[in-house]
Amino acid sequence: MIKSSSRTRKKPNRVKHIVGVLGRHVNKHSVFYLQIPFIALFVLFIVIPVLVAIGLSFTDFNSIQSPNWVGMDNYVNVLTNDRVFTEFAIPNTIIYSVIVGVGGYILSFFLAWSLAQIPKIPRTIMAIILYLPSMTGGIMISTVWQVIFAGDKVGYLNALLLKLDVIHSPITWLSDSRYLMVIMLVVSLWSSMGIGFLSMLAGVLNVDKELYEAARIDGVKNRLQEIVYVTIPAIKPYMMFGAVMSIVNAFQNGSIGVQLSGANPTPGYAGQLLITHAEEHAFVRYEMGYSAALSVLMLIIVWGVSKLSKKLFVEKG
Amino acid sequence: MKRHRRHFALGINPARFERSQIKFFLFLIPVTIVTGIPIVFIIFNAFKPMDELLNYPPKFITLRPTLENFRNLIATSDNKAIPMSRYLFNSILVTVVVVVLTLLITVMAAYCMSKKKYRLKNILFGINEAALMFVSAAVAIPRYIIINSLGLVDTMWAHIIPLLAMPVGLYLVKQFIDDLPDVMIEAARIDGASDFSILRKIIIPNIKPALATVSILAFQASWNTMEASNYYINNEAMKSFSFYMSTLTASSGNANALVGQLAGNTVAGLGIQAAATLIMFLPNLVMFIMLQSRVMNSMSHSGMK
Repeated sequence: MIKSSSRTRKKPNRVKHIVGVLGRHVNKHSVFYLQIPFIALFVLFIVIPVLVAIGLSFTDFNSIQSPNWVGMDNYVNVLTNDRVFTEFAIPNTIIYSVIVGVGGYILSFFLAWSLAQIPKIPRTIMAIILYLPSMTGGIMISTVWQVIFAGDKVGYLNALLLKLDVIHSPITWLSDSRYLMVIMLVVSLWSSMGIGFLSMLAGVLNVDKELYEAARIDGVKNRLQEIVYVTIPAIKPYMMFGAVMSIVNAFQNGSIGVQLSGANPTPGYAGQLLITHAEEHAFVRYEMGYSAALSVLMLIIVWGVSKLSKKLFVEKG
Repeated sequence: MKRHRRHFALGINPARFERSQIKFFLFLIPVTIVTGIPIVFIIFNAFKPMDELLNYPPKFITLRPTLENFRNLIATSDNKAIPMSRYLFNSILVTVVVVVLTLLITVMAAYCMSKKKYRLKNILFGINEAALMFVSAAVAIPRYIIINSLGLVDTMWAHIIPLLAMPVGLYLVKQFIDDLPDVMIEAARIDGASDFSILRKIIIPNIKPALATVSILAFQASWNTMEASNYYINNEAMKSFSFYMSTLTASSGNANALVGQLAGNTVAGLGIQAAATLIMFLPNLVMFIMLQSRVMNSMSHSGMK
């Protein structure tokens, strides 16, 4: 087809020829050309940023003067001199990631498993509703919940509690250090039924029914045994994917406390997590080197926890 | 015993309602309602007239729905240098470009990592799998340094380029392509098809569910983020709608600003904020409802091997 049209005129012939040569060249080296856009962007915005963060973490960079090498000073300071880090950021992060990461993960498994036991139409409707909060970003999450937890008497929660005579004057939920963490946990759990949840739902639905039959013959008596001996081993790959997504999600959405309370640092450091602690040092105090050390520590923790959870699954299976 | 048997076999993915499912409904319905309430609530608030927003005690349901809040939302931006529509336009433009380019580069790389044979292949995919654990929020400063040195500060590309390499997208598409039979591709290659025509004629038509999932993820990453507007862009006219929305909340919806203030301004702010939230939220909802069956289909290939 190409030949017949190019024979009639001279100029397009040459263009076609160049295109043809180029095309053959690209096709011959397709392994390179197919991957290079992804790999280049991956290196540029994932690999290099991590390396730069590691590099900066050994300096005193403050975004104005050129950085000086300070060796392990930042790490030593984080671990020994940073009261906010040891007294708030770390304990808060542990509480938050255990409840939102692990708790959210267990909840999403049971929701997925229960959804698989009901007919398709109600299942689809409920799955959509459960998934919706996770597709919106932190900013939307906080506008919705700010109104519910508003600190005056027209806030929905205050109005409800006043009406029920549980409280006698409105509570400033989001600027009170006693409540901020609990609210963060509620809001984050609300929005944690994400892609990992969908993956586990698909996994449970795909388990071969014969496996259940076989297990029943082998003496599995009830639903709980069925989950432990049939469902979980059968959907292990999905559980692993769900676990990684759940951990990453818990850390990625760590700014929720700042978004809800509208302040960094959060009131009384009650909602300060590793990520917001790093952001405070970077964008409030301009201690970029120090902030980078915190970020590196966080990436190591996320990676370590994900590896650990994978290992747990492999050993159990 | 006989009944019990039947019940086991029908347990997963039942065709119709049976009484044994009641216990699951008893668990699922309350959880779903609790999850759905804040969403329903923002929809109601967006259409509430001023006096109903002022009501004490606040009512959940909107009695006389109105578009007043949307008009106010447009009006507040009128006396600013940049109209709201500009932010909306920026977000739509950026999101469309991000979704299209992400699909393109992801499919190309995933096809290669799945069906081509070369050294490094497993290493590359292993690195990508490790990057699933990458928390981009942790490296905002290094990313700024890179964007700055590429000369992308204050350009639309600063919104787009950092989002294009999406490890989870590559992971899902590659897993999906793995399950396509090699025979199909070999046959086409023997017929002399180039890699790009294999991609166009064989791969892409057969992996639509995975593409739907990647579109949704890319859409979310772009539509909801404020990273670029916060850090990489100073020019107000280039910022995104999500950023504009955050300025509304910071000035009028902030918990501290609400305390003890019942002046008309704050209440109008509440309505405006709800209207803006709804505008942010609706595209998410529509996209997911449209694509959900494909997304579920692709999720059955998501397991980690």
